[in-house]
Amino acid sequence: MTESPARTERGTPVELTDLTRVYGSIHALDGLTLHIDPGELVALLGPSGCGKTTALRILAGLDRATSGTVAVGGRDLTGVPANKRDMGMVFQAYSLFPHMTVRDNVAFGLKMRGRDKAARNRRADDMLDLVGLTEHGGRFAHQLSGGQQQRVALARALAVEPSVLLLDEPLSALDAKVRSQLRDEIRRVQLEVGTTTLFVTHDQEEALAVADRVGVMNQGRMDQIAAPADLYANPATPFVAEFVGLNNKVPATVDGGRAQVLGVSVPVIEGSLSAGPGIAMVRPESVTVAEVGGGDAGNARVTSVNFLGPISRVYCRLGEGDGAIDLMAQVASSLATRLTPGDPVVVGVEPTAVLVVAAP
Amino acid sequence: MTGSPSVGFRVFRAVFLLACVAFFALPLVAMLDFSTKIPATGERTFADWQALVTNDSLRESIIVSVELAVLTVAGMVLLLVPTMIWVRLRVPRATRLVEFLCLLPLTIPALVIVVGIKNVMAWVNYYIGDTPLALTFPYIILVLPFSYRAIDSALSAIDVKTLSEAARSLGAGWPTVFVRIVLPNIVGGVLGAATITVALVLGEFTFGSLLNYQTMPVEIAAIYKVQARAAVAAALASIILIAVLLMLLSYVSRDRRTREGRATA
Repeated sequence: MTESPARTERGTPVELTDLTRVYGSIHALDGLTLHIDPGELVALLGPSGCGKTTALRILAGLDRATSGTVAVGGRDLTGVPANKRDMGMVFQAYSLFPHMTVRDNVAFGLKMRGRDKAARNRRADDMLDLVGLTEHGGRFAHQLSGGQQQRVALARALAVEPSVLLLDEPLSALDAKVRSQLRDEIRRVQLEVGTTTLFVTHDQEEALAVADRVGVMNQGRMDQIAAPADLYANPATPFVAEFVGLNNKVPATVDGGRAQVLGVSVPVIEGSLSAGPGIAMVRPESVTVAEVGGGDAGNARVTSVNFLGPISRVYCRLGEGDGAIDLMAQVASSLATRLTPGDPVVVGVEPTAVLVVAAP
Repeated sequence: MTGSPSVGFRVFRAVFLLACVAFFALPLVAMLDFSTKIPATGERTFADWQALVTNDSLRESIIVSVELAVLTVAGMVLLLVPTMIWVRLRVPRATRLVEFLCLLPLTIPALVIVVGIKNVMAWVNYYIGDTPLALTFPYIILVLPFSYRAIDSALSAIDVKTLSEAARSLGAGWPTVFVRIVLPNIVGGVLGAATITVALVLGEFTFGSLLNYQTMPVEIAAIYKVQARAAVAAALASIILIAVLLMLLSYVSRDRRTREGRATA
C-alpha cells in the first residue's frame, strides 16, 4: 500500500446528512451521513446492496432520498434536478453518446452551458490531452476500447469543471491490467484538477489505492470512514475487519488492553472486547510461518499453498479434531515454494494490534 | 473449415438465388406486362399508367393515401416515440402494459375494429369535417403493433437509461435528452416504423372501404371492375413506391455507418 499523494483543495465541500432511501420494505440507505472535504477523494466501499450506489445517485440527483439533505458548497441541493447540480459523473456502463465523436462527447456538457463552438473544442482537446487521447477526438465510441471509453467519459465529466466528480464503479467492466492503469490515471487527474470526488466501488484494492478516505458501508449505513491505512490497521467493526482485507479468526483472551493470541501477547485496538475470551481478527500478513526440520512436528501442518507471484498464501491447520484452527498466512513466495501440503510448520502471530470481538 | 466453396455448391447457390428472384419478380413483371399490353392486338401502351395522373378519382385517391401515410407517420412518431422512451426511463413497470396495448390491434380483426369505431368516427367527422384524412386516427391504431416492434428493437439496442443519465448529469434537460441523445440513436428504428406505416396505409382497404372513404386501395378495387389494367398499374406503382422507400431507408442507414466508419481513417 502506497501513501496517498498530496491533494489540492480547490474543490467544494459535500455534506450528506441523515439520508434514507426506502424501496418498499427495503432500506437502501438508513441514515447515511457523510462529509467530504474540498478536493478530497472519498471512496464508498461495500458489498452489493449496501447502498453505496444509491448514495451516489442521490448526490447526483438521479435518485431521490426518502429523507435527509444533500448540500454542496453550503448550498442545499436536495430538491434540485440532476441537470442543475453541476456535477460530472462517470458510469459503470459505457455511457458515451454513440452518435457523437469523442470530441463532441467531451464538449457536450459545455454545449449545454451555452459555450461557443471554438471554446468548446478547445476545452475538449485540453481534456482529451489530459487523459492521453488527443489523437482520438474524431473517433466514435465503438471505435475505442473499454479503457479508452472510460477515459473519454472521465474527460467529459471533467470538461464542465464540475463542483463534484462522481465515479460509479467506473472500472468494473475493464480487464485487470487496464483497470489498474486507469485507476492510477483517475487519481492523477483528480489530483491535478483538484475536484472533490466520490468514488463508489466494491473492490477494496481500488478503494484503498486511490482514496484519501474510504467509507465502508453495510446495510445502508456507514460502518467506518477513515484513511486507507487507518481503516486497514484499525477496523472499527467485525464487518469492516472482514470486508477490508482477509482475516483469520483466532480464539483469544483479553485482559488489561492486551490479548493472548496463539500464546503471543498483542495489543487490542479500540472497539475490541474489554475482557474475557473472544475471537481475534488476525491479518494473514501478521501470521508467521516457519519451517521445521530434524523430525520436529511443529505446531501446525500445511494444508495448501496458493502462489500469487511475489507473495503466496499458505493455509495451515493448527491442532486436530474439533478444536483445530485453520489459518491463512501471507508469506514471501521464496518460503512458500519450499512448502508442500502435509509439511509440519511452526505458526505464530506478530505482535501487531488486533480487533477482538465476542465469540459467537 | 476454410477454402472456396465447391462448384456444386456455387451452382446450387446461383440456381436458388435465381429461383428467389423469379419468385418475387415474376408477378411484378406479369403486372407490368398486363398493365401495358392491349390483349387484342398485343401492342404496348402506357395509357393506363397515364391514368394514374389523368383519371381524376384515381389521382385524388392516390393523393389522399399519400397524405394519410404522411399524417399517420407523423402521428405515430409523435405518439409512440416519446411514450416508449418515457416508459423505459421513468415507468419501466408499465412496459408490459404499453406493449400489450400496442399489440392489441393485431389480435382484433380490422372488421371488428371498424364496427367498433364507427360511432367514434362520427364524432371525429363532426369536429374536423367529413374528410378522408380522419382515417389518420384509426390508421395510427392499426400501425401500432408493427411500429412498436421496430422502435422497441432500436431502443433495446442502446442503454437508454445510462445515456440519458449521462446527458442529464452534463446539464441536459428532458427535451434535449429526447431530441439530441435518444432520438439520433434510434433513427433506424423510427425510419423502419415509418416505412412499415407507409406500406400499411398505402395498402389498407378494410377501413377505407367500410368507412366509405376513397383511398387508393378502395379506388383501385373499384376501377378493377371496369378498367383492370389501370388498377393493376396503380397497384404496381404503389409496390414500386414502397420498394423505393425501403431502398432509401437502407441507404440512409448505410450512409450513417459509412460516415462513422470514415472517422477511423
